[in-house]
Amino acid sequence: MASKGIRDRVAIVGMGCTRFGEHWDRGANDLLVEAALEACASAQIERSAIDAYWMGTLTSGLSGLMLSEPLKTGYKPITRVENFCATGSEAIRNAAYAVACGAYDLVMAIGVEKLKDSGYSGLASGGGIPTDGTQSSMTAPATFSLLAPAYSKKYGLDPETLRRVLTRIACKNHANGARNPKAQFQRAVPAEKIESAPKVAGMLGVFDCSGVSDGAAAAILCRSEDAHRYTSSPLFLKGLSFIAGPADGAKRQEYDYTTFPEVVASAADAYAQAGVRDAREEISIAEVHDCFTPTELVLMEDLGFSRRGNAWLDTLDGRFELGGPQPVNPDGGLKSFGHPIGASGLRMMYEMWLQFRGEAGERQVPSPKLGLTHNLGGAPGRCVSFVSVVGAN
Amino acid sequence: MAGVLRYGSYVPYCRLDRSALAGRGPGERSAASFDEDATSMAVEAGREALRASGLAPARLLFASTSHSYVEKLNAACVHAALDLPAAAQAVDLSSSSRTGLAALGLASLMEGGSSLVCAADVVVGAPGGPRESMGGDAASAFIVGRGPGVAAEIVGSASYTEELLDVWRGPEQPFARQWEERFVQQRLVPALIAAFEGSLRAAGMSAGKLSRVAVDAAHPKIAALLAKAAGIEAAQLADDLSGSVGRAGAAHAGLLLASLLDSADPGDRIAVLSAADGAEAVVLEATDALESARPSHAVADWIRSKRSGHPYLTYLKWREILPFEPPRRPDPPRPAAPPMQRSERWKYAFVGSRCRSCDATNLPPQRVCVQCGAVDDMDPVPYSDATARVATYTVDHLAYSLQQPVVAAVVDFDRGGRFACELADVDPANVEIGQELEMTFRRLYTADGVRNYFWKARPRR
Repeated sequence: MASKGIRDRVAIVGMGCTRFGEHWDRGANDLLVEAALEACASAQIERSAIDAYWMGTLTSGLSGLMLSEPLKTGYKPITRVENFCATGSEAIRNAAYAVACGAYDLVMAIGVEKLKDSGYSGLASGGGIPTDGTQSSMTAPATFSLLAPAYSKKYGLDPETLRRVLTRIACKNHANGARNPKAQFQRAVPAEKIESAPKVAGMLGVFDCSGVSDGAAAAILCRSEDAHRYTSSPLFLKGLSFIAGPADGAKRQEYDYTTFPEVVASAADAYAQAGVRDAREEISIAEVHDCFTPTELVLMEDLGFSRRGNAWLDTLDGRFELGGPQPVNPDGGLKSFGHPIGASGLRMMYEMWLQFRGEAGERQVPSPKLGLTHNLGGAPGRCVSFVSVVGAN
Repeated sequence: MAGVLRYGSYVPYCRLDRSALAGRGPGERSAASFDEDATSMAVEAGREALRASGLAPARLLFASTSHSYVEKLNAACVHAALDLPAAAQAVDLSSSSRTGLAALGLASLMEGGSSLVCAADVVVGAPGGPRESMGGDAASAFIVGRGPGVAAEIVGSASYTEELLDVWRGPEQPFARQWEERFVQQRLVPALIAAFEGSLRAAGMSAGKLSRVAVDAAHPKIAALLAKAAGIEAAQLADDLSGSVGRAGAAHAGLLLASLLDSADPGDRIAVLSAADGAEAVVLEATDALESARPSHAVADWIRSKRSGHPYLTYLKWREILPFEPPRRPDPPRPAAPPMQRSERWKYAFVGSRCRSCDATNLPPQRVCVQCGAVDDMDPVPYSDATARVATYTVDHLAYSLQQPVVAAVVDFDRGGRFACELADVDPANVEIGQELEMTFRRLYTADGVRNYFWKARPRR
């Protein structure tokens, strides 16, 4: 891996995040303004102090004008970022590089999505690119549900046990969301309800899917040496990795649909940058891309939190629960915090921001050492992956 | 003498039980799936005829009364899916069920290479009417030419045409209408007799020399009256497949002929008749080459491979007779002409590419090899007949389709290569990793009037 990284050279000094959910009364422009102003207030700055912006959205608008117009940023550089569901993390990564290299002193990464105006079920982004009509019609839950029979078969897990594991993941993330005032769904959901929900794709029911929601989140970044001008407890970026895979999972028989090689590669890269040798031992807390329950299961192995073929056992052991040895998605994750695409990567970082400052309230994890965010875009065999490692020191 | 070099047939997988229809009659009828039409079924029958034949037809005649496009050459799509050379002519024949057999007779008169005659029909009747229950959906294909490979010589043919208001449908009408049976019968029986006798004269033989006679007509009474008048014995009269398939429009006479060829012995003489707007008759004589001309599926194989008792409401939805609540998903976009043109051999004929450096199959064709990274070093590789297995799969309740849920799979080909696509003719409850599959040409959806054809995989039939 050729990336050199910018370990501890950039810090987050302010963050904001709207509640995620069905915001019938607010458009993408309102949500952007809300998240941006909350981030500025958190860093105790006027927005005029920000030198440049990276704004992520998948389908809610085009160009930097989408932010400059509602926020009245004047004459500033604003880059619109898009990288599937990892869009929000890409905004952070590119903003971080801009301050690290000295091009700017203070920048904002912001992400937004307005999904509920479409009237469709699930995520629907045609993209409008003319095609030859041969593209797969599989929806997002269908593509991720491909993991379930493959995992089941490879590790000899009967479907009933796998179902129990997936239910446990959904239960955990709902229980965590119940402790989060900004989550879309703030209710614990019993296992029976999860298992009797209408099927969406394969083994997956409604409760195995992330919440379709509206929301925005923002972060303010500067070089680490300037961080204490804005806050006494900044969050330092230790590793940032992004991988666009070869998208050949559906072209080569070698791929077995029980892993995301892109995640393995981006985790190895981020760990090398941050000096992490054993993720299972060293990562205290993680926000991962639980777009569907089997995704979270497989991610535990790809990120090195569980040995291959063992994530289901660790899940049933409660390893990743709040109060367990390695809490995953303490804020409820995509499952119950909701998944407004462009905002999700920033929302994950927002939880790190709260947790490392001791501001996570009822779901506070005691003295975390290193945190991880993981953001995925695409489908098994055809995806992009982002991993960050962060910490307070 | 000209004759049939190769032949093939196709009967779709689903059956409607006639007792569940408001019409009449015993047995069941075949029903094209929601993703099938005359074009896609003509391709399936054409593949059967062409497979391993080594023949390159000089022209394609495509007969149907349910052509997918009213304006645009339907045969061009069949031509593309069968990967025929651009110099092979393509022609549509339409409007009467008689054109299926007429095309066979026409092809036997043509010089300059062989002709592929495809006939396919999706027969739709007004709900509750006789056409709905008596009709069927199917396809047939014949490669007609000359030479030592002729499997059944066309020894005589004749036509009889009259202007007759029997079955009619204007472009403004969703369903065909038909005149009172007794009137039609008293016109069509003499027409059949005239064509039959004409074909026998041309063949220089009498009715008694025929081993089998197949009659494609609106109802069995017409065949019985013809038999009585023309001296055809009951033992000579072939099953008209009305109880297992239904009368499949322009494809029906061909389907009957294919069925007879499936079991004919060398030297057997066969007459096939088709009655509509007059009549057609063709007399054939099987040769020693017939054994090696048989397709991989006999008509009886297709008839046996089925799912009976298809729900009537679903059938009405498939034929877009009953409007249904659309899924809360965006409509699929209209495919665009330039990208379709660029990927013609992939989209229509399922031709991938094989890397000359590492032998990996690339589906769809790639410039840079997915396996070894070699650049622009590929040969085209036809994959429509490649067999495959399910690597992993899903049942998608959310995807846009006339038939929900959509079953999709990652498909590993036995000869190498992988592709993810929808599964056709499959029971969502009976899919498993390792299940054996084969490719089938389908109409994925229609957007803005554009019929979007591509390939799916189906459990082996």
